[in-house]
Amino acid sequence: MIEVINLVKEFDNLNVLNGVDLTIKDGEKIAIIGPSGCGKSTFLRCLNCLEDPTSGQIIVDGVDIADMNVDINIQRQKIGMVFQQFNLFNNKTILENITLAPVLLKKATKEEATKKAYELLEAIGLKDKADVYPSTLSGGQKQRVAIVRALAMEPKVLLFDEPTSALDPEMVKEVLDLIKEVANKNITMIIVTHEMGFAKEVADTVCFMDQGKIIEKGTPTEVFDHPKNARLVSFLSKVL
Amino acid sequence: MNWANKFEVFWNSICQENFQQLILKGLFNTLLIAVMGLIIGIIVGTLLAICKVAPKYKLGIRILDKLATAYIAIFRGTPIVVQLLLAYYVLLPALGIKGVDPLVVGIIVFGLNSAAYVAEIMRGGLNSVDPGQMEAGRALGLSYKTTMIKIVIPQAIKNILPTLGNEFITLIKETSVVSFITVVDLYTAFNTIGTNTYSVVVPYIVMALIYIVLIVIITVLVKLMEKGLAKSDRSN
Ligand SMILES: Nc1ncnc2c1ncn2[C@@H]1O[C@H](COP(=O)(O)OP(=O)(O)O)[C@@H](O)[C@H]1O
Ligand SMILES: [Mg+2]
Repeated sequence: MIEVINLVKEFDNLNVLNGVDLTIKDGEKIAIIGPSGCGKSTFLRCLNCLEDPTSGQIIVDGVDIADMNVDINIQRQKIGMVFQQFNLFNNKTILENITLAPVLLKKATKEEATKKAYELLEAIGLKDKADVYPSTLSGGQKQRVAIVRALAMEPKVLLFDEPTSALDPEMVKEVLDLIKEVANKNITMIIVTHEMGFAKEVADTVCFMDQGKIIEKGTPTEVFDHPKNARLVSFLSKVL
Repeated sequence: MNWANKFEVFWNSICQENFQQLILKGLFNTLLIAVMGLIIGIIVGTLLAICKVAPKYKLGIRILDKLATAYIAIFRGTPIVVQLLLAYYVLLPALGIKGVDPLVVGIIVFGLNSAAYVAEIMRGGLNSVDPGQMEAGRALGLSYKTTMIKIVIPQAIKNILPTLGNEFITLIKETSVVSFITVVDLYTAFNTIGTNTYSVVVPYIVMALIYIVLIVIITVLVKLMEKGLAKSDRSN
């Protein structure tokens, strides 16, 4: 379970998160929507401390990871992340991208990690790409490898920051399909997305963020079909 | 005396006095100082560059950053000859250290000097790597250090390889001042031949030719290495 309590993030003098509260159950799929610049990425990046929260608590299975004394490297092994820009390691082959962290962090031996990486690549139909470098892959292929790389660490939580925003339209589906498949597993997922149809389909809970706060939260039906907040109504009228 | 004559005198002198040994020794020392200097320079320079680019959360890092800046300013702010003379004739006696091979002093001083230049080159290289690479490593649970070593530094080195090649060429040319601290290098070798034959004209011309050949060879090697890397990686 993840409990976010009164999370505040400031950059210099800019208040980006103004007290976010959110409880996320194990295995829950949460979609976060909201206008550009409202703090969605910052919120997500606080959840694995890529940004250090200014104040507030982020309690993951009883440990407050916002506490600077916590060994964040150990906590991050449980919390995978998929970036908008994929961020595959350019100097590593696809196989190495997947096996690097599990092997270095002693989650698996090299043989185990390699075997598993091949299975994962097989499942996404990219086994033949194991020995090439990321620059030879299409955007959709890169993002699917990035998802598989995160999965190889067997995380309990997966964070997605607009995973299809940097993709050409014809590649969006293959990535969304993979995320849906992953959603069938018992992994907690928090997905920032502007694909409303996808959010509706995959999420248990949809959170609408505006000006650094979650101002409406509910099931997809509640949020998309019966929005209450005026700003949510106006946002939906623009994106749907 | 015509050129053929001059060259004959030069050649005879080499044959009679076995000067080829001296030339080879000089060439070897020149290359040794440049190669070892560059290796030390890359290691120390990378550490200096990391002190400068590391996030400044902790006081320790902020202090290291200031020290690195001072180091770079000192080594770039004084001529290498002055550093060599100070190290060999002032620092070593002051520390009471005797019997150190001047060649070793030359290697260390050139290494530390080169580090100051490599640090600036490397800093640019590290900054040229997409910050997303570091974030991806950290998000997987890898430490800053591990991500630096496995992911960021290799990409930085690839980006700065041509510049490092130039640094190596600079080093080779600059090593000609190690004779100030009695190291036998190419200059010492040809100067000895010049003294022996009462004419430095041919020896100095041959010396210049050797430097040019060396540098052309290295330039070609660097180019080949760049091409090889471009092929194996094709990043973006
Ligand atoms: N590292 C940073 N330094 C300063 N300002 C930042 C930084 N990251 C984000 N911001 C600012 O925080 C606000 C929210 O950004 P972000 O979380 O990326 O929004 P979203 O993902 O919802 O589009 C924006 O105004 C952005 O300019
Ligand atoms: Mg964003």
